[in-house]
Parts: sequence; C-alpha cells; structure tokens
Amino acid sequence: MTLAYRSHPRQLSTKVRRVWSLVGKEARQIVRDPSSIAIGVVLPVLLILLFGYGLSLDVRHVPLAIVLEGPSPAATELAASFQLSPYFDVQLLTSMSRAEELMLARQVDGIVRIRPDFARHLSLGDAEVQILVHGTDANRARIIQGYAQGAVGQWAARRAAEGREVSAGPVSLRDRLWFNEANESRYFLVPGLIVLIMTLIGSLLTALVMAREWERGTLEALFVTPVRADEILLGKTLPYFALGMIGLALCLLAAKFLFHVPFRGSVWVLTGVSMLYLLVALGIGLLISSAVKSQFVASQVTMLVTFLPALMLSGFLFDLRSMPAPVRLVTYALPARYYVALLQTVFLAGDIWGVILPNAAVLAGMAAVLLLLTRGATRKKLA
Amino acid sequence: MLDAIRRILALMRKELLAILKDPRGRFSILVPPMLQTLIFGYAATFDLNNVPYAVLDQDRSAASRDLLARLDGSGVFRRVANLDRAADVQASINERRALLVIQIGQDFERRLLSSLPADVQVIADGRNSNTAGIALGYVSAVVEAFNADWRAAHDRVSLPLRVTTRAWYNPNLETRWHMIPGMIGTLTLLQTLLLTAMSVAREREQGTFDQLLVTPFRPAEIMAGKALPSMLVGTVQATTILLVAQLWFRIPFAGSFVTLYVGLSLFLLAAVGIGLVVSSVVASMQQAMLFTFVLVMPFVLLSGLITPLSSMPRALQYVTLINPLRYAIDIVHRVYLEGAGLGRLMPDLWPLAVIALVTLSAASWMFRHRLT
Repeated sequence: MTLAYRSHPRQLSTKVRRVWSLVGKEARQIVRDPSSIAIGVVLPVLLILLFGYGLSLDVRHVPLAIVLEGPSPAATELAASFQLSPYFDVQLLTSMSRAEELMLARQVDGIVRIRPDFARHLSLGDAEVQILVHGTDANRARIIQGYAQGAVGQWAARRAAEGREVSAGPVSLRDRLWFNEANESRYFLVPGLIVLIMTLIGSLLTALVMAREWERGTLEALFVTPVRADEILLGKTLPYFALGMIGLALCLLAAKFLFHVPFRGSVWVLTGVSMLYLLVALGIGLLISSAVKSQFVASQVTMLVTFLPALMLSGFLFDLRSMPAPVRLVTYALPARYYVALLQTVFLAGDIWGVILPNAAVLAGMAAVLLLLTRGATRKKLA
Repeated sequence: MLDAIRRILALMRKELLAILKDPRGRFSILVPPMLQTLIFGYAATFDLNNVPYAVLDQDRSAASRDLLARLDGSGVFRRVANLDRAADVQASINERRALLVIQIGQDFERRLLSSLPADVQVIADGRNSNTAGIALGYVSAVVEAFNADWRAAHDRVSLPLRVTTRAWYNPNLETRWHMIPGMIGTLTLLQTLLLTAMSVAREREQGTFDQLLVTPFRPAEIMAGKALPSMLVGTVQATTILLVAQLWFRIPFAGSFVTLYVGLSLFLLAAVGIGLVVSSVVASMQQAMLFTFVLVMPFVLLSGLITPLSSMPRALQYVTLINPLRYAIDIVHRVYLEGAGLGRLMPDLWPLAVIALVTLSAASWMFRHRLT
C-alpha cells in the first residue's frame, strides 16, 4: 500500500487511496493470520489433492469370488470371462461356504456361483448363474452387479457368435456416454471441487474475518475514520476476491496439468462466471457476519447455509432431479446449484450458451441483491 | 480413588452445566444433527427416480412403442421430448433438457420379427458420469424385461441362461441405507471433536484454566472431566441419529444395541483423544474451531462414506488406517445392517483402541508439559 502511495501521491484520488490502504491492511492480515492461511490456502490445496488423487467413484479391481461347484468346460470358460475383465480380481473357489466366509470378512465384494450341473442345464436350456453382492455400499454394489452381468453377457455373446447354444436377447443396447467417454469420475469431481473451494474462501473465510472485526470492535474503530462504509466493504471484499481468484487459478492448473481433466469451453467464460459466483459467496459471507457478529455462530451458520449445500445440494455429487420436491425447491435458492451446472458444462461440454446464459443471469441477479443488502446492513450500523 | 471420582464427577457436572445452560449450546447439540440427518437422508442418494429422457423413434412401430411404454411406466423415466430429427439429439443433451436420448432405428420391428438382432442406441449426458451410469443401468434392466417378454410372446427359444442377482444386507440397494447409518459416526465425530477442543480453548481464553490449576485437581482428572462430558454428549447425539434412522427412515436394525454402543464408545474415546490433542496445541477458540474443521474434512472424505475406500490409490488407503471415522462407519454398518457381533468387529475395534491410547497419552503428556 505504501508503495503505491509513494509512487503516485498526486494522481490517485483520495477515495482510491483510502480503499487501497484498506486492501493493503487486509492483505497483510491474511498473510499474518494462520487461520486465514489455513482456510484460504492449506484447505484448498488439501482438497485439490484429495479429490484429484484420492476420491473416485470408479469401480475397478473388485475382489470377487467365483465358486465353481462342478468343473466343466462351459463353467471354466464363464469364469475366464470374469478373469479377463479389468473390473475384477478373481479368486476361484470350489465351496460356497468358504466364499460366504470371505464375503463376511469383506475380503471379497461379490460372489458368482456356478452350480455343479451348470453344463447339463445349459444344454437343457435353463442354466442359472447366481451373482451375490455385498450391499452395504449400495452405489458400488449396483455397479458391481452391472459389471458382473456384463461379463456373463459377453460370454454368452461369444458363444452365440461361435454358433453354440446361447443366443443373445433380441434387443441389445448400445450406449454412449457423451462428454466423458472413459467414464472417469475424476472428470466431474475436480470441476465440482471448484465450487467447494470458492465457497470456503468466499463465504466461510470472509464471514469469520468480518465477525472477528465486529467481535473485537475494530470495525467501529474504522467507522470513526474518514473512510466511508462502501469503501470499507470494498476494502474487505477485494483481498478475498483476489484470494478466491488465486484459488480458482490453482484448481484450473491442477485440473489441467495434474489430473488431465478435459477442458472444452473457454477460460474467459469460466473466469467470468466464477467471478459472479465469488461475488455471491462474498455477499453471503458479509451478510452473515454482519447479522450475527460472532465468529463461532458465523462459522456454524456459514457451514450450514453455504458449504454443506455446496457439497450435497448442488448437483455436484447427487442428482438434483431425484430429490424430493421440497428439497428440490430449496436447491433453487442455492447459488452453488447454478455454478455447478456452469462448471460441468464449461469443463466437459464446451461453451453451450443455452446453459451458460440462464445460469449466469441467476448468479448475477443474486450477486446484485446480496451486495445491495450488505451495503444496507453496514450503513445501518454506522448511523 | 474415591476422592478422585468425586472430583471428576464435580468437573463433569460443571462442564455439562456450561454446555446446557447456554440455549445456543442446547440447540446446537440436538437440532443441527437431526436436520442434517434428514437433509442427507433425502438428498444424499445415488438412487434415481426422475430421469428426463428424449426419444428419437424412427420406427414408430408397435414394438418400439411397447419398449418406450415400459420406460414411461417404470416410474423412473420421464419423457420430455419426442424428437423428429437426429439433429435435435445434440441440443437436448447439451442444454441439459434430457439426461438420456433413446434412439430407435427405422427397421427395429422388422429386424425383431425376422429374428435379427436389433439395436437401441442410448446417449447419456456424462457431465456427471456416475448419475449417467446408473441411469444406463436402469435402461438395460427395462430392455432385459422387454427381451424376456418378447421371446415368450413370439415363441422364440428362451435364453438358456438366467442370471439372478441378490444383494446382501441391502436387498433393494438403497443408498440411504448406507448414508444414514454412516451419519451416526460422521456427525458425532464433528461435534465431539469441536466440543472437546472448544471447552479447553474457552478456559484458556478466559483465563479460567489457570484457576483450575490451583484447585486440588490433578491433570489426569482435569482431562477426564473434559473427556467424559463430550463422550456423553456424543452418545446422546448418536442415539438421536439412530432414532431418526429407525423411526423416520425405517431402516431395519439387524444387530444388537449393546455391541453398537461398545463400538461407539471406543470411537468416541478416540475422537475425544484427538480433540484433547487439538486443544493442547491451539491458543484460542477460533484456532480450535479452524483446526477441527481442517481435520474433520479429510476424516470425512477418507472414511469410505462418500466414495469407496477400495477405489482410492494404495498409498492413500494406508493413510486411512489412522482415521477413526473409517472404523466407526464400518462398525455402524456391520452392526446396523449385517448384525455383526463383537467377534467380527475386532478388526475395527483394536485400531480404535490404539488411536485412543496414543492420542490420550499424547494429550496427557502435553497437558502436563504445559502445566509445569
């Protein structure tokens, strides 16, 4: 701040100089305060690494027991079809009770049971393959079921192609996953992560810092200086806005160079909508802190109304359309929902204006309303 | 010995009073966990019940209509558009009007009637590939049913192979059965850690910690007096969530409550140990809060609740071994859904005991260290 002050003492208007010195003070506070560093820097980096490297909804190398109760060429071929699949790590067993023991101990996540008279029944036309999965983690279990059925289907198709007895069903499904052909969950987890980080910096950090100023009375001290209310607000928001944009840049770099997530839209659109979301997040943070004026309560409220919804109710992980109507209604009031739609589209699908314009318009509207409200709230306290 | 117990009880009473006297404290112990359990129960589900899809039916035959009617009647799929041109497919997906586009070619019925294989093409919006994959699974189940009926109705040889699937412990594979019991561990961890870390930090900040030191309490007694009330509050919270799971969401409880509470108390002991370590490091309430927050986040993400542990890279799987929440969630799942007894919980119980032992001794060492 002093640098800019000294270099152009005359050219800068007083207003800009006042805001600038507030920004300088705030920036120094961020750098010196371990808690700001923790939320603004450590947590985002931790989240990027965890989400990029650690978390995955992809199911590969499922430990699976195949119980061959009676060996026959057909049964061995079927088992081989599982062994060849990249999705399974197969253990061949001959006794069902041993397999059940393994499943109880969670050594395997599923059992494929091929009965002793499989070959004979196959020639009679009523053979059965039993697939058992451990259902505790329902999502994973369902994926495993699907893969196992796929492995059986491939075996059947191969036999049909060789002109043997099994014929495939009359209708077969050819599916294509647009935007994510490889079916990598990382491709939507990493863009979704940006929402979490922007929310952390924009809302949680800002709410905490402002609440601390209210708590300590340093904000009242500022009020008696010639600085005006909107200048204080500007001086508060600019550094956190900058911190948020740094977080965004970190995420983008990590997504591109560490995790190789495809980026099909334009950086400018992404930057633009991210700025809008950041303004909304800042607005919420400022509003909460000026409403409750206590760090503890501010952090609880911010967690409850911004961070948790950004994780659970934004469409980042869970599909919004399948939530019950009242919950779905609530999601329309949450800015994170619009930002997630934008992020997923700009990253994986490209600049699709039919998605970008309406969602960005909602964010812009929210930002305007929130900033006006904050301004009102701060001015009232001055009077 | 008796004196020590009496002193600890007095401290506990004081701690509980401090928590319960404050209306905000009373509120924050029960209401947020219940609200969160309800929200998570309804929102945190991978099960789909409303999949908007568009159709490009170029055949417009009885067979194609039958297949589509099955989709519409499944209760999961909602037809949002009947497309006329292949060019419209892209826009429906791109602009997120439909999650799936189902495309049936011109000669669909003709091929079926002449026993040729017929294709149905499904295009899914992979922007959330998990959701898309689940929706594709539902479509394939509908097609399977269509195939079976078609074969039966047209006297085709039935498929000589049947695949039957069954899921243990969660017959309908509902995500909710996984998530809500998981909440019992997750939400209590957050609150217990926070409560323990904050209660010591508050005394430090207000200077009452020094007053405690000049009383006849020994450091171990002070620690016990801080630890036990947090565990008590944690148990009450766990019970609240357990009640919501059983009475509201009607998830059947398969195990024994005694086993569950034995497992949970070991977990709470470990959580309180971590809270006490945090409290001995931090200087203020604000720092206590932030440290807790920064700790809880990886604990939750690496617990196996949201994404499976076995999908994580090997190195990270080793890191999860020191995560108490990982064991707690496993314990709750095993007791709640599988009905496991203590014997089968051993692989979860002893690591928790080790974590509790290490953190509690570290905390007590640091307490004494800071006291002198």
